[in-house]
Amino acid sequence: MISLRSVCKSFGRMQAVNDVLLEIAAGEFFSLLGASGSGKTTLLRMIAGFEAVTSGQILIDGQPMQDTPPHLRPINMVFQNYAIFPHLTVRDNIAYGLRRLGTPKAEQARMVDAMLELIALPGYGDRRAHQLSGGQMQRVALARALILKPKLLLLDEPLGALDKHLREQMQMELRSLQRQLGITFVLVTHDQEEALTLSDRVAVMANGQVTQVDTPSGLYDRSRTRQVAAFVGTMNVFDATVRTDGSARIADVAGLGVMALNGCSQGRANGERVLVALRPEGLGLSRTKPAGPAHAVAGQLQARQYLGRRQLLHVKVAGRAAPVTVATAAARGEDPWSGDEGSPVWLTWAPDAVSILDPT
Amino acid sequence: MTAMPLTQRPASALSRFLHRHEAWRGWLLLAPAFCLMLVAILFQLGSTLAMSTWSLDGYSVDRTPTLGNYSAMLGQPMFSALIGRSLVVATFATVVTVALCYPMAYFVAFHVHRHKALWLILLTLPFWTSYLLRVFAWKVVLGYEGVLNTALIGLGIVQEPLAALLYSQTAVTLVLAHSWAAFAILPTYVSLEKIDRSCIEAAADLGDGPMRRFWRITFPLSLPGVVAAFFMMFGPMDNWPAGATLSVVMIVTIGLAGLAFLAVGRLVGR
Repeated sequence: MISLRSVCKSFGRMQAVNDVLLEIAAGEFFSLLGASGSGKTTLLRMIAGFEAVTSGQILIDGQPMQDTPPHLRPINMVFQNYAIFPHLTVRDNIAYGLRRLGTPKAEQARMVDAMLELIALPGYGDRRAHQLSGGQMQRVALARALILKPKLLLLDEPLGALDKHLREQMQMELRSLQRQLGITFVLVTHDQEEALTLSDRVAVMANGQVTQVDTPSGLYDRSRTRQVAAFVGTMNVFDATVRTDGSARIADVAGLGVMALNGCSQGRANGERVLVALRPEGLGLSRTKPAGPAHAVAGQLQARQYLGRRQLLHVKVAGRAAPVTVATAAARGEDPWSGDEGSPVWLTWAPDAVSILDPT
Repeated sequence: MTAMPLTQRPASALSRFLHRHEAWRGWLLLAPAFCLMLVAILFQLGSTLAMSTWSLDGYSVDRTPTLGNYSAMLGQPMFSALIGRSLVVATFATVVTVALCYPMAYFVAFHVHRHKALWLILLTLPFWTSYLLRVFAWKVVLGYEGVLNTALIGLGIVQEPLAALLYSQTAVTLVLAHSWAAFAILPTYVSLEKIDRSCIEAAADLGDGPMRRFWRITFPLSLPGVVAAFFMMFGPMDNWPAGATLSVVMIVTIGLAGLAFLAVGRLVGR
């Protein structure tokens, strides 16, 4: 559907996008995730045609598009601030693209009505932008783009301005709309939760480059770099040295002792300094020293973050400055660690939860 | 230990009242400008209106209200002919000026990225000399032995100076356009500058090329500035009472013309 081949963009001496290679399939919900200044919006604007590429190619259905002006690309976009035309009614906003195409008036009216129905705003046709709420403007912007049946819809932080509740509702609506229409969506966001919830695949960007492209679960479980790991959720990251223990590879972690490295230590030399990572879900916590061969480390429960059924427990371990974060789940009606701040605990971890990260 | 006071000092009754009533704060802020406008506009308008009902008795003014001036004026075909002619020239000059100034305002708003303030100041440059000097400067250019005529004769294009260069409606329009350019550029610039650039991008995204984008988005959104420019341009004698009558008639005429223009603007803006 879209291929980005070595796409670069520089503004003067500043390299905003650096050698991006991406393949996005038809019908996919694809997200560009990154902090501000990571180049994600510039990349989206290059796909839309608002920024010229400095070098590289953008292909849509195999056709090079990098030199086509935006009004001739089979792409539509939902802008960050929605860009609803203030001098037109909702109805005229939605019909904007159709009027140029010379669609018969009656057909236009029918299509606009269908769109108003789809975005759940029937009866709002005669309003103007200033009479709409943020969520309503967002829907109008969506309808205005979708009525042209684009091959590709670009969304530039479309939910950023909405409050949390409305944002979650709009996320669900966006996702089901995309499934229903089968249009390829490319979403730009700095909100990792949004990217992970909505997308089929996510590209994480930093410093103008794509660091990793994967499915949401792939990104979470197989984060390649420290930055990706931190971006898609909480991650415990430890400096460690790789050692060989018989046939197995192990890592020495200050304060936590020896961790087995299964599989993830491929290509690592003996004595190499690496970053070892553990998701909070990969760790366990108990009040007494667990029986059995599992490696356990004593610590002190420092703080507790209650998040409904799930909670994050921060454990202070001797020899480590930063606490280790553990995620636990509680059954209904239970609050197992309530009031335990300061008490001694034991940390354990599953060997297959340990992974190695690139230090970038 | 003595307790710290909650506030440094008690608020005065006035400040408490103003804190509570936001609308009154607004009115208070508005008051000085409002008073000035009241005196400068209403008083002046009122006195003009009153004076237009007086009459001249030899060298003294008779203050008995009368509509004599109005009937005299309406009875005289020359007055209506003059008003008509003024309207035509003013309309023409206004249209020409706004049309000439729009591209300048557009350029500064959309294509000047650095030293914008400097550009704006330079655009108001003709305004720095007195009105009279500006008019005389044009006389130097367009006059009987002016720059243009001398050049044309020197080049052998005409045999004798063109009087029509200076004493014509075209010359009046040209001088008016030049003198009042700043009044047309500034409001147009402000309304162009205010346009959300992403609206223009959205129009491109929805398939409109540059010309369509201009007529469907940029121009309608800049209309408030264009309307303001029109009014500023359209707006600028020793029998005082008769002069006052003429002024009242002019104000009413201009007001009506303005309303008509606003109505047209509404229709276009749709």
